[in-house]
Amino acid sequence: MSQAPAAGRLAHRRSRHIRERIIELVLLSSALVAVATTIGIVFILVKESISFFSQVSIIDFLTDREWTPLFSDPHFGIWVLLSGTLTSSAIALSVAIPVGTVLAIYLSEFASARMRETAKPILELLAGIPTIVFGYFALFFVTPLLKKIYPELPGFNLLSAGLVMGVMIVPYISSIAEDAMRAVPMSLREGAFAMGATRLQVALNVVVPAAFSGLAAAYILGISRAVGETMIVAVAAGMQPNFTFNPTEQAATITAYIVQVAKGDLPHGSVGYQTIFAAGLTLFLLTLVFNLLGYYLRKRFREEY
Amino acid sequence: MNDEQKKPDPSTLPKKAASQALNFFYGSKQALKNINLPIYDRKVTALIGPSGCGKSTFLRCFNRMHDLYPGTRYEGQIRLYPDDVNLLDKSVDPIEVRMRLSMVFQKPNPFPKSIFENVAYGLRIRGEKRRSVLMDKVEEALKSAALWNEVKDRLDELATTLSGGQQQRLCIARSLASEPELLLFDEPTSALDPIATASIEELIHQLREKITILIVTHNMQQAARVSDFTAYMYLGDLIEFGWTDDVFFRPKEKQTEDYITGRFG
Repeated sequence: MSQAPAAGRLAHRRSRHIRERIIELVLLSSALVAVATTIGIVFILVKESISFFSQVSIIDFLTDREWTPLFSDPHFGIWVLLSGTLTSSAIALSVAIPVGTVLAIYLSEFASARMRETAKPILELLAGIPTIVFGYFALFFVTPLLKKIYPELPGFNLLSAGLVMGVMIVPYISSIAEDAMRAVPMSLREGAFAMGATRLQVALNVVVPAAFSGLAAAYILGISRAVGETMIVAVAAGMQPNFTFNPTEQAATITAYIVQVAKGDLPHGSVGYQTIFAAGLTLFLLTLVFNLLGYYLRKRFREEY
Repeated sequence: MNDEQKKPDPSTLPKKAASQALNFFYGSKQALKNINLPIYDRKVTALIGPSGCGKSTFLRCFNRMHDLYPGTRYEGQIRLYPDDVNLLDKSVDPIEVRMRLSMVFQKPNPFPKSIFENVAYGLRIRGEKRRSVLMDKVEEALKSAALWNEVKDRLDELATTLSGGQQQRLCIARSLASEPELLLFDEPTSALDPIATASIEELIHQLREKITILIVTHNMQQAARVSDFTAYMYLGDLIEFGWTDDVFFRPKEKQTEDYITGRFG
């Protein structure tokens, strides 16, 4: 059988082929911007941290109970900064997770369509407020308020910063949690209503467990935001490294310390300057762990309908 | 199942429920028009008709499911016997209605809980906490739904690990556990394969001894196989109602005959 030449009408169109290739390249390069940035950040963090850890032992970094990089007898105990980060995050999350979840349940299961249309833009507005504004709100409004209840509270403290940070995180959690709950099929709710369940029972017994993977994702995002939050703690929690889990004390967080050093006049390349990369790497690893946990939870508890 | 010779006059049978001059509206659109239909006690009544004829809408009036959605409106009555109350009355709590009338849906919709907790759910929301009572009722319901032997060793597994047919029998068990007076089936086999369908139909056969059943189906053979009475609906009107074999073999209305013989629908 002789092979006929490709018929003109069915032959490859060169121009179309080239156009497709160009579009593909444009899309690929946009994707690469994000990937390359991430790789670049990790590369810098690791490179500078290696140089830092060649001068400071990693054991000291993890076990020393003091953080005094600028003293003549320097100590580099990251737990001093980590305690501030963990305490302020814990306060923030103890506000944001319950409030965000309850808000999401209300918006998804109880609110009328009109109420929802009104409340959601307001919440998005809250999410759009610059964090520096929240920081000054904590320092000049919430702290004086707390001082009325507890007069010994210092002007800079983790409690006030953590509470305001919690309010800031509420819309992030409520928005993702509400999306997850609204994605639960109506047929599942109807099944529970048909058994004689009340709205609250349907929400708590059926919708929340069915949306669990989405709720987990919302909480993980909230944790990452809390751990990485900078301006609120830098403004309202103080800059003084302090190994404490007491919310009524002032303490620097990892992020607040990085701001302080990056804006300061330490010479580049000195050990003091390199501390911010080691601290940054710690922060990065912390959020990485939470993101991996979130990924695992999403996969583990995903419900297919 | 229907004894040709000894078919009593339906009006002499005890009724479980009856719709009286029932109209139903989605917003301004009227979906049910003046439906008068008796549901006889411990009989299976099938609702048939082409898509959009209002048969599911009618079924969902019984347990007030439409109350969940804004812009819906009932007119007329659905009387439940022996209480002789109007289920649609404003003074009647839809939650109380749903406690006594159970519904099985088109697609199996097990809750994201264990097999045991799915069946126990109705009892739990009624406040039953005693483990031994729950265990007995769950076992009884799963046996009634012909599922016990398949799941008795895996009651703590997630219900979503069951096959589609098993999930639907689980949903039936879930409905039975709270001992309903009237069981509403909304096309319960439309998402199932023929073998699973046969087992559900067999189950309906057994259940009609104890409980009144109202079933919506668009499978006419299924209506003929499982029901005692059949109602044919079209565009929100009830066209014909009677003993199933009368409706299928001696329809009074030309429309019914056209639909049943496949000339239309």
